[in-house]
Amino acid sequence: MHFDLDEDQRALRDTVRRLAEEVFPVERTRGWAEPGGFDRAAWSALAELGTFAVYQPEERGGLALPVVNAVLAYQTLGACLVPGPLVAAALAADLDGDSGAVGGGEVVPAVVVRPEPGAPLLVEHLRDADVVYVLDAHGIERLDPAALTATPITVPLDPTTPLSLVTDLPRGDQVGDAAQAARWSLLGSLLSSALLVGHALRVLDLATAHAQQREQFGRPIGTFQAVKHMLADCFARGEVARAAVDAAGVIIDEPGALDITEPGSGGGPAVRAVAAARVLAAEAALLSCRTAIQAHGGMGFTWEVDLHLHLKRALLLETSYTTSDAAAEAVAQSLQRVP
Amino acid sequence: MLLLDSESEAQFRKEIRAWVRQAVPQLGGPPPERDWQARRRYDSAWQRMLADAGYAGIHWPREYGGRGASPAEHLIFLEESAAAGAPDLGVHFVGQLHAGPTLIAEATDEQRAFHLPRILSGEAVWCQGFSEPGAGSDLAGLRTRAVRDGDHYVVTGQKIWTSYGPVADYCELLVRTDPDAPKHRGITWLIMPMDSPGVDVRPLRTIHGDSEFAEVYLDEVRIPVANRVGAENDGWRVAMVTFGFERGTAFVRELITARSHVADLAALARVLPRGAGTAWDDAGLRRDIGRVAAELDALWALTKRNVTRGMVGVIPPAGGSAFKLSYSETLHHLSALIIRVLDRAALSMDDLPGLPTGQLVHAQLHAFAISIGAGTSQIQRNILAERVLGLPKER
Ligand SMILES: Cc1cc2nc3c(=O)[nH]c(=O)nc-3n(C[C@H](O)[C@H](O)[C@H](O)COP(=O)(O)OP(=O)(O)OC[C@H]3O[C@@H](n4cnc5c(N)ncnc54)[C@H](O)[C@@H]3O)c2cc1C
Repeated sequence: MHFDLDEDQRALRDTVRRLAEEVFPVERTRGWAEPGGFDRAAWSALAELGTFAVYQPEERGGLALPVVNAVLAYQTLGACLVPGPLVAAALAADLDGDSGAVGGGEVVPAVVVRPEPGAPLLVEHLRDADVVYVLDAHGIERLDPAALTATPITVPLDPTTPLSLVTDLPRGDQVGDAAQAARWSLLGSLLSSALLVGHALRVLDLATAHAQQREQFGRPIGTFQAVKHMLADCFARGEVARAAVDAAGVIIDEPGALDITEPGSGGGPAVRAVAAARVLAAEAALLSCRTAIQAHGGMGFTWEVDLHLHLKRALLLETSYTTSDAAAEAVAQSLQRVP
Repeated sequence: MLLLDSESEAQFRKEIRAWVRQAVPQLGGPPPERDWQARRRYDSAWQRMLADAGYAGIHWPREYGGRGASPAEHLIFLEESAAAGAPDLGVHFVGQLHAGPTLIAEATDEQRAFHLPRILSGEAVWCQGFSEPGAGSDLAGLRTRAVRDGDHYVVTGQKIWTSYGPVADYCELLVRTDPDAPKHRGITWLIMPMDSPGVDVRPLRTIHGDSEFAEVYLDEVRIPVANRVGAENDGWRVAMVTFGFERGTAFVRELITARSHVADLAALARVLPRGAGTAWDDAGLRRDIGRVAAELDALWALTKRNVTRGMVGVIPPAGGSAFKLSYSETLHHLSALIIRVLDRAALSMDDLPGLPTGQLVHAQLHAFAISIGAGTSQIQRNILAERVLGLPKER
């Protein structure tokens, strides 16, 4: 047992952080959802690092590293508020040929999870997508974005993520079976959870720095226990969530964990671990974002300060590939199997 | 990153599993919950069996009679013991996890030679006399006085919440030797035999209704200076040294129990009638059970992280306090769920016909022991905020 980052993993995390800070400074990504906001050069730079192909084999242009390394990289992407279809790119890289078109950044994908009939279908990053994949319990279909009927949402909640309302989603070509779809659901949920943890940790840093420097009643507000305790809670929840997300990454890497032949069967330890990670990651991210905004007072309510961007992204991620409620349900259903 | 056992850990697990599975049936069934003398005999019998097999003090260094197991092996030992239904440390908690390690780190050779074998064999039971009526969270404010008289200290004062006090042979006692020094600098750590004249142990009833802890009144108790561990007035440091021994395993047994309680609760929810169906049909309730199970999974992962860190050094407060605070909160969530699922069945501490609910009703009160004992949740938040996040101290 060695459940901590090794040297290479720390190095990977630091490399991702440096690049993210260099090519995706928040001043530039704030306008990402506005027309023409997508920066292909920055996206390619991120792809060239291998960010989307961490666990892909070398034949597919991947780094051939464990899934947990991707989980660590994605925590950093979340912390740095990197925009774009990050999770979709990692999933779609599964279907890359030897050119590694998605993993290499030349082809930008969007992934649509088929909604319950009647629910509005809001899809992020459709505007910038070269290819669309539709995911449901039966498999994965590929579509040309032009085949969808969609209208852009003029004011998406998350100003850094373009959003479209899809009103017609035709059938496409089947490119993956039910097992592949189950793999995408799991990995999609896990990588979204990794991003969520990144947001949780980052906003706590911002709030802590603020609490040390902002003075009221003649002393830093971080002196007040009411402020201290809410930040301490965020720290504790963040640590627990990070452990859960890393653990899910490790469990997914165990041999056979992703050989999910029966979709919807409830699956084994990997399904349970990914669901548990999602419950914890979403809770930690939303708690920390809300707390950080509260700790900033009026500044926290402004457009200028980045905190709302983290909150809004976290709200988007909270519903990506699964929801907290669905994940909690999955854990509950696993209770008869995994004691 | 690896959660699975390494080859040598897998080997160790096999060995432990084989031993513990054949040993447990030899021990016989557990004694009545509230009979502390019987519990002492039972826990000591198990300790003796462990000692004879070479597993006592599994995490203690070999030169002091321990097994020298790594934190990961300690974790495996605890997992396998729990799986086989072996008792936990019970009344040997303080001796094994606190007093013993303190003696290893700070005691003289004579003190070690006398006490360590007795702790390992289960012969001696220890208790911890730190807290006082006026000194709980602010432990350094303790006032029990020790006055030097030749080669003795004469000790007068009162300790409280002393776990296992009613059945203990020795007490790790913190006393004030210099009332004029700043509060952390006038404290001394003494070994007090509980049968010393002037020691009056008055059992206190806990929230469970039993007498797990006690008040200990000290009236001119003469304790030999030879029983001092560390220098006079250096007792605060000595007391803190033990916390450095915590390598992430302190709550392992606890956590395993909590996880099995969630499984039991889910099983009960499936049979307890609610409306036209069972409690399990309530999606909100079901998901809340799922959430608590998820939290316990996550705490298990954090335990493995802390244990990994414990292999290379001391668990920083970031790990220990984050764990304890979160674990306390999770147990309180679990408690609330137990009440929701059991409904009026939660009004009985006894099992009901066909419903094994007594244990859960008991467990539901246990959450407070965790969120109050060994540094309350509020104190853990202070620690995290000040020592980890670096926020300014209040004073
Ligand atoms: C089951 C159990 C077993 C125990 N076993 C032992 C034992 O074997 N030996 C032993 O010596 N002690 C033992 N204790 C005592 C335990 O360590 C103390 O109860 C604990 O440290 C709290 O101290 P207190 O009870 O005096 O509460 P107080 O310190 O009076 O606290 C009361 C309330 O005030 C809050 N509070 C206090 N200070 C602060 C602060 N600075 N900031 C914010 N809030 C604050 C606390 O969080 C708490 O909510 C045991 C306790 C329990 C519950």
